[in-house]
Amino acid sequence: MSTQAITERSPSVIATPPPLELLDVSKVYGEAQLAVQALRGVTLTVHEGEFVAVMGPSGSGKSTLLQLAGGVESPSAGCVSICGRALVGQSSAARAQARLGAVGYVFQALNLVSSLTAKENVALPLELAGEKTKRAYRLATEALIEVGLESSVDKFPEEMSGGQQQRVAIARGLIGDRKLILADEPTGALDSVSGEAVLRLLRAKVDAGAAAILVTHDARHAAWADRTVFLRDGLIIDDTGGPGDPRDLLGPL
Amino acid sequence: MSVRMALLAILCDSPQHGYELRGEFEARTGSVWPLNVGQVYSTLQRLERDGLVTAAAPTSDGHVIHDVTNAGRAAATAWFTDPIDRTSPPRDELAMKLSLAAATDLVDVRDVIARQRVSSMRALRDVTRLKPSDDESFADAEAMGWSLALESMVFQTEAEIRWLDHVESRLLTQASRRRESPARRAAKPVPERVVNLVEENR
Ligand SMILES: Nc1ncnc2c1ncn2[C@@H]1O[C@H](COP(=O)(O)OP(=O)(O)OP(=O)(O)O)[C@@H](O)[C@H]1O
Ligand SMILES: [Mg+2]
Repeated sequence: MSTQAITERSPSVIATPPPLELLDVSKVYGEAQLAVQALRGVTLTVHEGEFVAVMGPSGSGKSTLLQLAGGVESPSAGCVSICGRALVGQSSAARAQARLGAVGYVFQALNLVSSLTAKENVALPLELAGEKTKRAYRLATEALIEVGLESSVDKFPEEMSGGQQQRVAIARGLIGDRKLILADEPTGALDSVSGEAVLRLLRAKVDAGAAAILVTHDARHAAWADRTVFLRDGLIIDDTGGPGDPRDLLGPL
Repeated sequence: MSVRMALLAILCDSPQHGYELRGEFEARTGSVWPLNVGQVYSTLQRLERDGLVTAAAPTSDGHVIHDVTNAGRAAATAWFTDPIDRTSPPRDELAMKLSLAAATDLVDVRDVIARQRVSSMRALRDVTRLKPSDDESFADAEAMGWSLALESMVFQTEAEIRWLDHVESRLLTQASRRRESPARRAAKPVPERVVNLVEENR
């Protein structure tokens, strides 16, 4: 079971750098009176085969944390490393390149390209990372089948329901051999059964060795993660720790 | 009360002795609500006293086989079809604790909430890990029973966490309002509901 992936990590795995490391990361949007302190010194490591959920009220900094983790935004202070490579100082193009191969991102605002079909949308990150079109399409079709969209492969986003579009975005985030999967409320538009199916899929990717962060308002979905951190006003205020964490013996912090 | 009716309902499917009955109850509900065998025997005695089950003479190996009476069968059917009784809701320790914590200086209620939330979230995670796949839970009635019992715990724990979030944001709103208008700070009487909770729990 998945617990074993955590407790019985082999030495070779411990030696490789973690897929994600945030070290005392802060983010300020805007300047002077308009400045918003979205994150205030967050430190978080996500290991291979680890699934972390982030919960918190609206505006607490969850999406910001994910955008920094994925290199979409750069931090105002602190350091973000993906698979041991620090993103600080890299150009946004270099950050994008680092992200393409290793990081799968499911955005809160789905960010589907409206002029591309479901299959083309899902294949896009693979193609950008240098994959041949034919193979990218085949993998994209498989990924769409995994999320139950076999009948929508050639549809355009505007021909699909909100929940179907969401599943296209999920397929795009999970496709390929991602070291790190970042999902921002990927289940918002889904009913409880399809939502759970997506969580099982994410869980399977993690059990196969990926690292993942899931932002969610839904505790039932966070429960699929190994560990949940709680954000308030840009700070991690609580952390369940992983299963079998020594803290379990001591009770909550 | 619910254990009594659950045991009666299982007896409707086939006559059996107390030890079997306990095993059957746990199998059908996934051992989510463990039951000791003494509780089963005393429940059976009460059901017999009330004319809902019969007890046969002990078998050679000392087992007493119980069966339902017609009245017992009717009672079990009625239990299934009637919505549950809400006139005496089960006492909810957490609700009681938070109502009291909000009104005392003994502890910081937000700390109480934070600790409970971490603990509830861990419980939810641990139950979720036990959930079988769809294929497994559709395998037979027993597997489905276990899966449904687990899911009821999942939904209850989720509700608890949502409720904790709600209480926290209510308290934050209250705190910021008080900061805005200190005149409102006048001591409020302890709400009657809270007084009742304390009385009931004496
Ligand atoms: N591009 C931006 N420019 C300015 N302020 C921003 C920007 N993005 C986010 N913020 C601010 O940063 C804070 C954190 O926002 P963030 O989107 O991370 O919250 P969130 O936890 O994801 O909320 P939600 O649950 O509503 O998605 C908020 O106060 C928000 O207004
Ligand atoms: Mg967000």
